[in-house]
Amino acid sequence: MPKLIKRLADGQFVAEADPFTAVSDEAELPPGDVIISLTRFQAEGDRLLSEGRAVGVRIEPAEQVEALAYDLPRLALVAVAFPTYRDGRAYTSATLLRERLGFTGEVRAVGDVLREQAGFMVRCGIDAFEPNDGSDPDQWAHAVGRHRHVYQRAADGRVTAFQERGEG
Amino acid sequence: MYLYDAIDKDILADRTQEFREQVARRLAGEITEDQFKPIRLMNGLYLQLHAYMLRVAIPYGSMDSRQLRMLAQIGRKYDKAYGHFTTRTNLQFHWISLKDTPDILADLASVDMHAIQTSGNCIRNVTADPYAGATAEEIDDPRVWSEAIRQWSSLHPEFSFLPRKFKIAITAAPKDRTAAKVHDIGLVVRRARDGTLGFEVMVGGGLGASPYIGQTIKEFLPASRLFSYLDAILRVYNRLGRRDNRTKARIKILVSSLGAEEFGRQVEAEWEQVGPAGDLPDTELARIRGAFAAHPFETLPTQSEAFERAKAADAAFARFARNNLKPHKKPGYTIVEISLKAIGETPGDMTSDQMDVVADLGARYGSDDIRATHEQNLVLPHVKLDDAHAVYQALAAAGLATPNINLISDIIACPGLDYCALANARAIPVAQDIARRFADQDRAELIGELKIKISGCINACGHHHVGHIGILGVDKKGEEFYQLTLGGSGAEDASVGKVLGPALSADRVAGAIDALVDVYLRERQGEERFLDTYRRTGVTPFKEAVYAEAH
Repeated sequence: MPKLIKRLADGQFVAEADPFTAVSDEAELPPGDVIISLTRFQAEGDRLLSEGRAVGVRIEPAEQVEALAYDLPRLALVAVAFPTYRDGRAYTSATLLRERLGFTGEVRAVGDVLREQAGFMVRCGIDAFEPNDGSDPDQWAHAVGRHRHVYQRAADGRVTAFQERGEG
Repeated sequence: MYLYDAIDKDILADRTQEFREQVARRLAGEITEDQFKPIRLMNGLYLQLHAYMLRVAIPYGSMDSRQLRMLAQIGRKYDKAYGHFTTRTNLQFHWISLKDTPDILADLASVDMHAIQTSGNCIRNVTADPYAGATAEEIDDPRVWSEAIRQWSSLHPEFSFLPRKFKIAITAAPKDRTAAKVHDIGLVVRRARDGTLGFEVMVGGGLGASPYIGQTIKEFLPASRLFSYLDAILRVYNRLGRRDNRTKARIKILVSSLGAEEFGRQVEAEWEQVGPAGDLPDTELARIRGAFAAHPFETLPTQSEAFERAKAADAAFARFARNNLKPHKKPGYTIVEISLKAIGETPGDMTSDQMDVVADLGARYGSDDIRATHEQNLVLPHVKLDDAHAVYQALAAAGLATPNINLISDIIACPGLDYCALANARAIPVAQDIARRFADQDRAELIGELKIKISGCINACGHHHVGHIGILGVDKKGEEFYQLTLGGSGAEDASVGKVLGPALSADRVAGAIDALVDVYLRERQGEERFLDTYRRTGVTPFKEAVYAEAH
C-alpha cells in the first residue's frame, strides 16, 4: 500500500493512513472507500455512492477534468495521474479543478510522484500525495517551504511577487 | 536595464540552494544518474560527449559589464577560459565538473544570473530584438515585455512539464532580428489606430526535423491582456500537444494538425475563461517599464568630425564602420555589432579575456549595456560616434573587430559533433572552411548579405532551414555528408529553405558555396541580395552549378 502524505490547511505535511483502495477497471470492487477510473465512475458511480461509500475518481492525463463538473460535490477526492513525472497534464487538471470547477475536496497526486515536483504540485492545488520515491512528509515540507516568493498567480492563491511589491 | 530587487534575489537564492542540495544527493550516491537527469535538466546542465555542459541564461540577450565579467571569470575558474554563445542568446560552458556546478550557480546568482529553464520541456529564455532601446524602428521597448515574460515563466507551476520545450520571441521593429516566425510563439508589437499598444500573435513556428513558419492567430491582442492570452495558449498546448512521440510534440505539430484557425478558436475559448484575472496589473508593468526608462542620451550633432576623420585615415576602420555599425535612434550615437565569427575560429566562441575587453568597453563607452544576438554575435547598443574608433581599436586588439556582420562569413553553426551527443556531423570545421574561402573582405562585401546557417543534425540548432544557404550534417554509413538548402529566411520574410540536391562530402561543401555565389553574382539584378536573386530565378541555375562540376 503506498504511503500517503497530506498537506493540512495550515501547510503542515503529515503521513496518513489511506482509507481508500485504488481499484483498476478489471478488478472486483472491494468493500469500503474506493478510487476508480472516470469510465468506471460513469458506469457505476451512482450505485456506489448510493451504497454510502466515499468515492474518488482518478483522472488520466488525456481525460478532461471538466467531465466531472456536475459530480464534484458528490466526490470525496479526485486523483490526478502522473504516468511519468514528465507528463505535466495533471498540473492543468488540478488547476482547473480548483480555479474553474471550485472543487474543495482532496486532490491527490498519484503515479510517478517525486518530491522534486512538490512545489509545483502544491501551487496547482494538489493537497495529497502518493510519493513514488520513498520520500517522507519532512522532505515534502522542506521542498515546498524552500521558496520564499513566487512570480505567478496559481491555484494555491499564494501572494505573488508582484502583489508583494504592490504592497511594499 | 532591469535590476533585481530583493524578491528576485530571494527567488534565485532559494533556487540555487535547492540545486546545491540536489547535487549533494547525487554526489553522495543517494540518487542515480537516471533520477538526477530531470533535476539537472531543470538547471541547464547537460551530459555531453566529453563532460557536463552548463547553459547559462542571458535573459532576452541583455547583460551588463558586471555580468559579462562574471561569465569570463567562471570560464577561467571552471572551464577552459572561454564560453560559447548560442542561437538562444545563452552562453554554454562545455567543460564543467558536476561538483563545481553549485558554486558556479552561486557565482552567477551573485550577479543576478542563472541557468533556470535553459533546458527541459518548459518555457525557455525569451528572444528579443538586440537593438531594443537603440533602434528608431521600434514601436515599444520589447525588453519590458520580455522581462515580464521571464518572471511569469520562471518556475511556472503549471507549465514546467510541457509536451516539449517552448520558445517565445518578441520584436517591436519591422526588421525582425529575433526569428519570431520560427518560434513556438512570436510576438510582434503593434499599435492600433487609436494608439493602443498590442501584439500580433503568431504560433506554431519552429525548426527541427519538420520546419514550420508561425501563423497568426490574433492580429491584435491588447498589450494589457498578454498574460491571460499566454496562459490560454500554454494551457491548450499542455493539454492537447502530443506526448507519445517526442518528434511530434512541439506546438507546431499541434497547430498544423488542428489548423491555425481551430487552434486559435480553442485558445480564444480558453482565454475567455481565464479572463483578466490572468493578467499582470498595470502597476507591475509600469514598475518593469521604469527599469528600462529612456537612457539619458547626450544631445550630439548628427555628424561626428572625429568619426569622419578616423574613417578617412584608417581604411580598416572604415570597413568596420560600413559593416558593423548600425543606425541609432539618437543623433551622434551608433549601434556597434561585435562579430564572434573571426575567420577560422568557432562561431559564437569567446575567450574569457575577450569577454573582459567587451565588458570594459561596455562600461566605458556603451552605457553599461551589452547584448547577445541569436546570430551568435554581441552588440554594444549605445556608443557615441565620437568613441567608435576607440572602441574599434580595442576590439581589433582583442581579435574582435571582424567586419563581417550579415556577410557570408557571419555563419551560424551549432557545436556539432565536436561536442554534442546528438550530432551526426561536425558543423564548426565546415563553418571555418567557408569563412577561410571567403576571407577576402572586398569579395565578401561585393557579395553582400548572405546568411549561411549550419546544423550538425536534424534538430536544427544551427537554424539551417532558415539560412539563405542552409547546411545540414547527415551521417551516411558512418561518413559525414552535408545537405544544402537554399532560400530560407528567419527574418520578417521568413521561409523554409528547399533541398538543393544530393548531400555532399565535407571536402566539397566550401567549393559548392563558391559555385552558388558565382551564380548569384552572375544573375543578380540591381541591389538584389543572394536570397532575392534565388527567389527570382528559382533553383535551376544554382543546382546546375553545384552538380554540373560533379559529372
